[in-house]
Amino acid sequence: MEKSRSLRVQSSIPLWRDERFLRILGQAVFLAILAAILGYLTRNMLTNMRQQGLGLGFDFMRLTAGFDIGEHLIPYDRSSSFLRAYQVGLLNTALVGGLGIAFATILGVIFGVAQISSNFLVQQLARAYIEFLRNIPLLVLLIFLYTAVFIKLPRVKEAVMLPGSVLLTNRGVAIPWGIPTETFSLYVRILILGVFLAIAVGGLLAWYGRRTGRAPLTLLWSVLTLVGIAVVGWVALPDSPLTLDPPAVQGLRLAGGRQLSPEFMALLLGLSIYTSAFIADVVRAGIQSVSQGQVEAAKSLGLTTIQTLRMVIFPQALRVIVPPLTSQYLNLVKNSSLAVLIGYPELFHVSGTILNQSGRAVEMIALVMATYLAISLLTSALMNWYNRRVRLVER
Amino acid sequence: MSRKMIPVFVLLVIGALIVAACGQAATPTAPSGGGEEPPVVETVEVVKTVVVTVEAPAPAVTPQVQIQVAQAPGFGETLAAIQGRGNIICGVNGQLPGFSFLDPEGNFTGFDADFCRALAAAIFGDASKVEFRPATTQERFTILQTGEIDVLIRNTTWTLVRDSELGLNPTVTTFYDGQGIMVPTDSGITTLQDLEGGTICVQKGTTTELNLADVMATEGVTYTPAVFDDVNATYGAYGEGRCDAATSDKSQLVSVAKGLLPDPDNHVVMDLTLSKEPLGPVVRHGDDQWFDIVRWVVFATIAGEEYGVSSANVDEVRGSTENPEVRRLLGLEGDLGLKLGLTNDWAYNVLKLVGNYAEIYDRSLGPDTATFIPRGLNSLYTDGGALYSPPFR
Repeated sequence: MEKSRSLRVQSSIPLWRDERFLRILGQAVFLAILAAILGYLTRNMLTNMRQQGLGLGFDFMRLTAGFDIGEHLIPYDRSSSFLRAYQVGLLNTALVGGLGIAFATILGVIFGVAQISSNFLVQQLARAYIEFLRNIPLLVLLIFLYTAVFIKLPRVKEAVMLPGSVLLTNRGVAIPWGIPTETFSLYVRILILGVFLAIAVGGLLAWYGRRTGRAPLTLLWSVLTLVGIAVVGWVALPDSPLTLDPPAVQGLRLAGGRQLSPEFMALLLGLSIYTSAFIADVVRAGIQSVSQGQVEAAKSLGLTTIQTLRMVIFPQALRVIVPPLTSQYLNLVKNSSLAVLIGYPELFHVSGTILNQSGRAVEMIALVMATYLAISLLTSALMNWYNRRVRLVER
Repeated sequence: MSRKMIPVFVLLVIGALIVAACGQAATPTAPSGGGEEPPVVETVEVVKTVVVTVEAPAPAVTPQVQIQVAQAPGFGETLAAIQGRGNIICGVNGQLPGFSFLDPEGNFTGFDADFCRALAAAIFGDASKVEFRPATTQERFTILQTGEIDVLIRNTTWTLVRDSELGLNPTVTTFYDGQGIMVPTDSGITTLQDLEGGTICVQKGTTTELNLADVMATEGVTYTPAVFDDVNATYGAYGEGRCDAATSDKSQLVSVAKGLLPDPDNHVVMDLTLSKEPLGPVVRHGDDQWFDIVRWVVFATIAGEEYGVSSANVDEVRGSTENPEVRRLLGLEGDLGLKLGLTNDWAYNVLKLVGNYAEIYDRSLGPDTATFIPRGLNSLYTDGGALYSPPFR
């Protein structure tokens, strides 16, 4: 059998009947067709654009933008370039995406755990929260939050002051904010030192724990070290490094503090609670994937409920949770582009303005797609790295 | 073995066909479509393409050919298409009371809408043969470039970039406007400096967005723009007090304040003008005959006002007038209408069925309407305005 087969190969099957060759040929032909179609479409587009007197290229990004943007994390004005405007939009997306992921995760874990709580009321409330949010479109939620909540807040003259000097108005929410004084840079250095010390303490305790077999409170002690240094530094410095600047109503406007626009608040809140509902279900599924025997074993060892959650359930649930969690994070970042309808100047909103003012549709859309792709790939690369870390190591 | 070969061969054949199709499409350098399109369409496109390519080395060619080339691309196409279709498709705003807005009976009314009707009257002798196509700020130029509409009469500012790079031809200015700022009456804001540190609502992707940034930078006033996607979102947010002020063309501010805000009397347009905003009908590049028709229909309404010819007295004037210019305008002398590709009674129809400029203006923006805007610059040159019709000769 073996011999005859090799003989057949040697007696040279014609090339067009050689299965290995045909497989490769099939793939090559498919690739060629794909390339031909893409090339045809591209050439068509270029011909069309040349006839309308338009060229392709990103040189226009250096031109003066000419428009203003309401919220910018980096210096920007009308004489900045289109590129700068694009960066402003990108940073705004990063801000709302980063904060949104943090809030959505916290809320999601809370509601996910509450959903399998043995307390009937807590469980039902969590279920209602999740079912409600999961079943309305995000766009509807955002427009509702913007037009029916944040814009309907009291006008500046009748601003509501919440405890902790948080001002609520329809111009935005203003929270107290620290203003750095001269000693601020010194204090930052003290804090960095504190972080290093805390890491050192944590490492030392972990090493000690591994040697003796007893579990020292590693996390508690390192946090205490950091807090201790922070407090001592604050008190020891001649001037306090930050002065608190509470917001106030000044005439017809808000002054002081940190002002968060209604658009930003509506987008952040909408994205956070919407995504948290999905994360809650992911967390619940993850927890329920840990077998009941594990919980019973933990209880019989005398672990408290919190300890069981922290030391037995979560480490095992994470390997189920992380992959779907990654796609929720990606969704959140991509969904932030819906802000275009409520007027928050994130990436897509600013790109639309650039497109309109420069007339460069093809370049801008390509750039936006490439940017979202890059953000998503980066996020999933990070999450994949984390996933490998929490994966169950099978021995 | 041989059964597996079949799909491979099929793929090969398909691939060869596609490559061949590409090769064919490459020869006529047609802008769109390969071999699938009907041949008639392709020949038209070929003619267009040839003309465009010839344009560059035009100086080298003899003068007679140049004249032909200048007229060739699409000359007369638009009018032929409109007459074949039986109506004219007119791009309008549709959200602006006083300019183009749906009335309770479901008809488009307003200043811009009436100029659409005037065009229909000139072409068909029937002012109702108009199809209105509401367009957003963003899509307005694209639908004109691609031929989805015949003419855009949608409070569109005439700028150099739009005239050149976007391939459009603004015809005549029908409404001289300027950018203004609207504030609530009780805010006490009267100058730009009062807006220091304030928030201003503005519509995305408009010239007003750029003008605002220009003027505020010149005046050294810091402000925060709140940028929204359409008219309703912009003034909705302003009405809720999201912004200290809203900015746009003054005509839009007046008409919106009267039409869309819940408390129109509590808002006032500040007494300052940020920019020049000449608004008027726009057509696409490439059909000079249609360009001429649109601009001369507008001039006919202006001339009508100048010579005192209105829809009420046009028949009487036609029977009695001795003024040669009026006689030419109404088609009693000469063949001005034929030169435009229309009938000689084109201007008579416009004045009879729609009226002269003053009538069109007063019907939508006059003192008796809810959206009253003083005529100001939009008066005849004899009254200190900027309306001036070239001679009908």
